[in-house]
Amino acid sequence: MDTQKNKTIPYSNTSYGTEPTKMVRFFRRFFILQIYYFFKLNFKIMRIVAGGHS
Amino acid sequence: MAKVVVLGAGISGHTAVSYLSKALRKNHEVVMVSPNSNFQWIPSNIWVGVGKMTPEQVKFKLAPVYKKMGVNYKQAMAISIHPEGDVENEKGYVTIKYVTGADEGKEEKVSYDYLINGTGPKLNFEATEGLGPDKFTQSVCTFDHAQHAWETLQESLKKMEQGEKQTFLIGTGHPMATCQGAAFEYVLNVAFEIKKRNLMHLADIWWISNEYELGDFGMGGAYVKRNGYITPTKIFTESILKEYGIKWIKRAGVQKVEKGKVFYEDLEGKYHTKAFDFAMLIPGFAGAGMKAYNKNNEDISSEVFVANGMMKVDADYTPKPYEQWCAEDWPSTYQSVKYDHVYAAGIAFAPPHGMSKPMESPNGTKIFPTPPRTGMPSGVIGKIVAQNIIHMIKTGKKEHLHKASMAKMGAACIVSAGYGIFNGQAAVMTVNPIVSDWEKYPEWGRKINDTVGIVGTAGHWIKLFMHYMFLYKAKAKPFWYLIPE
Repeated sequence: MDTQKNKTIPYSNTSYGTEPTKMVRFFRRFFILQIYYFFKLNFKIMRIVAGGHS
Repeated sequence: MAKVVVLGAGISGHTAVSYLSKALRKNHEVVMVSPNSNFQWIPSNIWVGVGKMTPEQVKFKLAPVYKKMGVNYKQAMAISIHPEGDVENEKGYVTIKYVTGADEGKEEKVSYDYLINGTGPKLNFEATEGLGPDKFTQSVCTFDHAQHAWETLQESLKKMEQGEKQTFLIGTGHPMATCQGAAFEYVLNVAFEIKKRNLMHLADIWWISNEYELGDFGMGGAYVKRNGYITPTKIFTESILKEYGIKWIKRAGVQKVEKGKVFYEDLEGKYHTKAFDFAMLIPGFAGAGMKAYNKNNEDISSEVFVANGMMKVDADYTPKPYEQWCAEDWPSTYQSVKYDHVYAAGIAFAPPHGMSKPMESPNGTKIFPTPPRTGMPSGVIGKIVAQNIIHMIKTGKKEHLHKASMAKMGAACIVSAGYGIFNGQAAVMTVNPIVSDWEKYPEWGRKINDTVGIVGTAGHWIKLFMHYMFLYKAKAKPFWYLIPE
């Protein structure tokens, strides 16, 4: 038995939460994609910070 | 020669003093007054709280850095400000009290031409009975609190390893507390550490929050563009909590804590209790508690500060209903409403109102988050205040060339959700602007293309990268000023 899994209790607030599939979890740690995101997000953050003040 | 005094060596005050010393040190005097001997990179306290970093990794001694910068550093507490001076002093001054060394307890009047109040928050544990690391709950607001939290967390982990079930309660410890992001990071990191030890079957982990809906984070929530949908942060946040096996209680105003038990009221006015073995609850914040006096030594604190001790600046403080809040209410220069030579940066300035819609229970208890001011806006505000003062000193012109309104600037929030180069994760959330502007962006309140919500290892790398990058910058190492706030 997988003791790490929580039993879903119907009508509890957690039962209405969305959950990622195995594939989504895989891509969250997929090195090549994450390297791409690292640069993309850094660039986006820099742009937002620099553009926010004069 | 002009003299600029900065109160507080937090992110905002330290950023301001760094730029001031770079531009003015040759011909002018820059003074830092802070009761702390260390600078701490607060966002990494989360990792101290789960044993992934030591306090030494998130802090450094201020004295050698200020010596290198040519800043006159006084390890003292600011007690009162006297912007008009007094009968003996023509210039404005601050009364400070030394907290260490041979001068401990001694008071001094420090005069100034320009004053920046960057005193940060007072952690108001007293506002909730039984709250705080000296009582029944933990905190991650400072590195020593986080270290204490880790020591207590280890006791719970040991009990679980011996087969004992444990209940964890993490979130906000006051009906109007803010900084949900830090508590949210901590609950995810605690869950990650428990899961890593294969102990989830013995853990009952709860998130408790004063938010109306999860994902509000004190900024009224946001919308993010992901997977082909425009999704409210409520969905995003609930999804992450569910994935980590965390249950939640929302719309909760914590009233009191006893050993192993939290008492809270919900927005329906009902009273509840929640038992816990380990609790980390963020306190309410207040201003540093300084007083202000005029030339005749009369107390004018109510004209300079709002009721909770934060300083009134160039914001519109006219009380108005949520529906009439607008971007123009927010300050952009942080100049004191009463004194031209006084500024408040970072958490020290009083926001005009909240960002989250005010909510009240039928019993009259206000239960909603007050506005957060995280590291990024605090750093930017510190920088533009310093730049304006530098400009005024160098040119003699009374003008503000630099502006930074939280209703116009964006921010990124990197929510750590587990530590490790290959299996660590973080949720990256960006919003632009921080304060939603429903007139300019009627559909989503913000620029939807600048608003991101992504979970992955890249987020963890960014948080780690920022940890080292900002500590490098704060230590004023070569070319520190090229690193943005």
